[in-house]
Amino acid sequence: MIAPQLVLGWNDWLSLFVHYLMLSLMSIGGAISTSADMQRYLVEDKGWLSGAQFSDSIALAQAAPGPNVLFVALLGWHVGLNTGSLGAAFAGVALTMVGIMLPSTIFTYQAAQWAYRNRDLRAVRAFKQGMAPVVIGMLLATSWLLASAGPAKSNWPLWLLAALSCLVIWRTRLHLLWMLGAGAMLGAFGLV
Amino acid sequence: MSTTPPPAPPAASPDCAGAQALAGPRPRSLTDLFVSFTVLALQGFGGVLPVVQREIVERKRWLTQEEFVEDWAVAQIMPGPNVINLAMMIGARWFGLAGAMTAVAGMIAVPLVVVLLLAAAHARFADHPAVAGALRGMAAVSAGLIAAAGLKLSSALATNPMKLPLAAGLASVGFVLLAWVRVPLVWVLPVLGGLGCALAWRGLRP
Repeated sequence: MIAPQLVLGWNDWLSLFVHYLMLSLMSIGGAISTSADMQRYLVEDKGWLSGAQFSDSIALAQAAPGPNVLFVALLGWHVGLNTGSLGAAFAGVALTMVGIMLPSTIFTYQAAQWAYRNRDLRAVRAFKQGMAPVVIGMLLATSWLLASAGPAKSNWPLWLLAALSCLVIWRTRLHLLWMLGAGAMLGAFGLV
Repeated sequence: MSTTPPPAPPAASPDCAGAQALAGPRPRSLTDLFVSFTVLALQGFGGVLPVVQREIVERKRWLTQEEFVEDWAVAQIMPGPNVINLAMMIGARWFGLAGAMTAVAGMIAVPLVVVLLLAAAHARFADHPAVAGALRGMAAVSAGLIAAAGLKLSSALATNPMKLPLAAGLASVGFVLLAWVRVPLVWVLPVLGGLGCALAWRGLRP
């Protein structure tokens, strides 16, 4: 899939920023759990990223050190690059990262103390426990969309690799880096 | 999302905003905090949480295991990147808002530069079939990794007050709506989440 060539106006940048501000407050379970929505917004609705750019961004951020939320920076980076300007790429990083982090950190900073003091309240426990299944559904949906993106669609070895790594990481304490390395090797030698 | 109930209150309450003097080892300064979080973030491939636990609890002993679990539970139920939330709460323990911002900056600044350099390198070599293949393989592993995180968390549904079949049903409906029907999250989360909270509230009836 070829990267789209974009011309973005101020209102486009603004809507990108506002979308991430909104996702920030919904990213219970981590930023990765909202990535199914980012894929819908950036790739399917707006056409600002190709499907391959989207999954590459997540794969790169997973392979790199640091918190997983950095995949958001890479999405912003690629949206900016698709306009053909390096400055826009940095603007994309700033808008998406500030957007995904600012509302949630302000909210969490204020709420953490309150939630700790009131952790025995029925409402606090109901919120924690009631959100759990939905968060799990969000994570599984993200995984599904990543696995079915781009070239993987009709490629059974890739599905097998995804399923096997899921099983290994779920059931063992093997360092994630070994699995990512194995995936990279298998891909580099054309085996998947 | 943890269903582990927080243990009994520790002597020193892990307040987020409180810059109180806690007993035991602590970061010497904001610089110490920044450097510590930068170093640990750079060790985290595929996930920083295990590294935070090892460095902050086991090696530096800034937090006890119990304090870490409580902070982590709160970090998880709050919106936002979990590990960022956790770093913010840890930084705030000793230095208030300045500590929160310093810890988050440490977690993000240098790793962001590294990931952008990797992206630039990737763009240069993306046409090389081996590089494209490696990315393809890593993406498949990432998909498996995220599913594994979901499966690990799903074991907690067994003790959910709304009972396992309801909880599993909610998770499945969420999956289908997001992955197959492609309903925007802004609709799915409030409706299904609200339903979940109501069911859990009912299940918690004293």
